[in-house]
Amino acid sequence: MPVRVQQGDFDVGAEIAAFRRADPKIGAIASFIGLVRDRNEGDAVAGMTLEHYPGMTEKALAGIVAEAKGRWDIIDALVIHRVGELKPLDQIVLVVVTGAHRGAAFAACEFIMDYLKTRAPLWKKEQTAEGARWVEARSSDDEAAERWSEPSAK
Amino acid sequence: MNVRILYFGRLREEMGIAGEMLDLPPEVGDVASLRARLIARGGVSASAFATTKAVRFSVNQDLARNDTPIKAGDEIAFFPPVSGG
Repeated sequence: MPVRVQQGDFDVGAEIAAFRRADPKIGAIASFIGLVRDRNEGDAVAGMTLEHYPGMTEKALAGIVAEAKGRWDIIDALVIHRVGELKPLDQIVLVVVTGAHRGAAFAACEFIMDYLKTRAPLWKKEQTAEGARWVEARSSDDEAAERWSEPSAK
Repeated sequence: MNVRILYFGRLREEMGIAGEMLDLPPEVGDVASLRARLIARGGVSASAFATTKAVRFSVNQDLARNDTPIKAGDEIAFFPPVSGG
């Protein structure tokens, strides 16, 4: 399952090129890149530490990708999430979805990010002028994930 | 029965430990009763769970519910709502 959790940066172009593997069945690639901002909740952010649950993070991400492949007619999906020390401008997360057509690729990419935000065991602690603080989960992220609930699951 | 407990994020900091091995009596059969037992120890266990809003948990690295059963050898983790991505 193409899921990676790593401290180092990733090269978006190289990752997409490797993930396509010159497969002529792919007609669409949708991607999302999450970045570290320099402000949050009105305060300047100098950097952050991303903590995760080794083992479960990979399992959760693989489960989310498997669910996306079951819901949409896509070819495959790649998720790379960084952990450790990060600074503003740094890349945090990459999601790449390949498919024959754009509709399913766009939807699956958004679904994977929404589920990652609410189900993958990762926690941000950001450094501000007032000291370090844990980033609270956002209710807007729960609402975003809820959009994808299947009627039978409610 | 022996189980492995793990803590992450704010809860790990407040507990002062990343995890512990516990020998539980058989009546501790699900996540809710384990959590109640941890809080009943008092001290930092009680305060850490009290100050962490909406504690989430997993059993053997799958997100779990209050009534998810636990058994010998399980790995149970407690943590705040996630904030990755």
